[in-house]
Amino acid sequence: MANVPGELRYTKEHEWAKLEGDKARVGITAFAQEQLGDVVFVELPKVGAKITAMKTFGVVESVKAVSDLFAPLSGEVVEINAELPKKPEVVNADPYGQGWMIVIKLSNAKEWDGLMPAGDYGKLIAAAGH
Amino acid sequence: MTDTPVPLKRTPLRDVHAAAGAKMVPFGGWDMPVQYTGIIEEHRCVRSAVGLFDISHMGEFEVRGPGALAAVQTLTTNDASTLAIGQVQYSLLCYPEGGIVDDLTLYRLAEDHYMLTVNASNIDKDWAWVTEGGRGGGWTNVSAETGLLAVQGPKAEALVQRLADRDVTRVLYYQFAQGAVAGVPCLISRTGYTGEDGFELYAPAAQLETLWHALMGAGKGDGIQPIGLGARDTLRLEMKFALYGNDIDETTNPLEAGLGWVVKPAKGEFIGRAAIEAMRAAGVTRKLVGFEMAERAVARHGYRLLKAGDPVGVVTSGSFSPSLERCIGMGYVRADLAPVGAELDVDIRGQAHRARVAKTPFVPSHAKKT
Repeated sequence: MANVPGELRYTKEHEWAKLEGDKARVGITAFAQEQLGDVVFVELPKVGAKITAMKTFGVVESVKAVSDLFAPLSGEVVEINAELPKKPEVVNADPYGQGWMIVIKLSNAKEWDGLMPAGDYGKLIAAAGH
Repeated sequence: MTDTPVPLKRTPLRDVHAAAGAKMVPFGGWDMPVQYTGIIEEHRCVRSAVGLFDISHMGEFEVRGPGALAAVQTLTTNDASTLAIGQVQYSLLCYPEGGIVDDLTLYRLAEDHYMLTVNASNIDKDWAWVTEGGRGGGWTNVSAETGLLAVQGPKAEALVQRLADRDVTRVLYYQFAQGAVAGVPCLISRTGYTGEDGFELYAPAAQLETLWHALMGAGKGDGIQPIGLGARDTLRLEMKFALYGNDIDETTNPLEAGLGWVVKPAKGEFIGRAAIEAMRAAGVTRKLVGFEMAERAVARHGYRLLKAGDPVGVVTSGSFSPSLERCIGMGYVRADLAPVGAELDVDIRGQAHRARVAKTPFVPSHAKKT
């Protein structure tokens, strides 16, 4: 059974978001890292960057492929995971933990309600063959 | 109008791969395993122990009869007359204009009997090309009934020897023997596309599964793993071996691709000879080079190569190198920027990332040449 933590919300592009007060922590899902294979490079925005929901905010590269990262929520980037450029493989090892990517200060908290709860996301990836 | 999807072709081991947990992807019209446990782990397994690849998707054509050598000589750029029975040669098929139809390995099976092993994605195109009217020779396309496994890595020789009915240690690089491996009749060829020592085993498609399981079983103590196309790609890239469709194609010629060593004009007439000779006389304007990135940034097929902001070439292959833990690539650059050490930039998503032309192969070859 795929690893889909219940307390998180998800995008159809396979990012997760975790609400932390007026901020959200963001990464990619276990399903996403499994599909990508070995992650070798993560390109993240700078702290202070303004990002928009459903627009790209960075790039993740595996040995085989380049994939855009899509912002689940709009706001300002207030923290980035500075370990990832040095250790991109933690995205594979711990996608919901040490493999987190950015923290966003939300500009529109209502967007949270538009994200997929775990049950819906679980169905989405089950339909994708897993 | 909608296109009717063409079903993917399957090797005899397709279900074996799926059962082993392989991630299957379409490749050149085939449903192939791209990875089992992970590209980096599989790559390291081949470099340090032994890996098993299903490469049955590749095509095999045989030509026999009194006209066989003449047909091969007309079609291919290398000099097939130098091949003794039991020898293999890397060669090319070229268009009259010098562009590359395909790269291949040529086997001399008997006096008037040769086999060409061609790329999976080119089987139909190559078959039409070699049998086009008036080329001579009696051709047979044996791709469907021929299975092909590659056993590659420092422990490959000992593993194959344990299962073979003859001494394979005497078969040197680019030679082959006919024999049985695990009771399955095989053409045992000391070739491969990884830079490691090892063999390619041609066997009847119907018995390929037996051979696969025998090798996996006998190699258990050696740490054998099945290896997908992903690691096959990173392994060959570290050797700067060209991949058809990425690094060479109909728009590139052997000289700029660094494959002038398999073009032998002294042997006489062959398709593409005049054009390639004219290019040799004029000098090529671009060359295929290997490069290393200064930072962790992956240059991919099609990205532009720049010098002081101006386009000077294009990336044809690029990846993270599991052996070097750096990003490496191949690409065509203006000839004056081809020497080792030349500084370039790669345009990655609009940003210039520094690269330097590298000595290749990127890692040393361990093929058993003597």
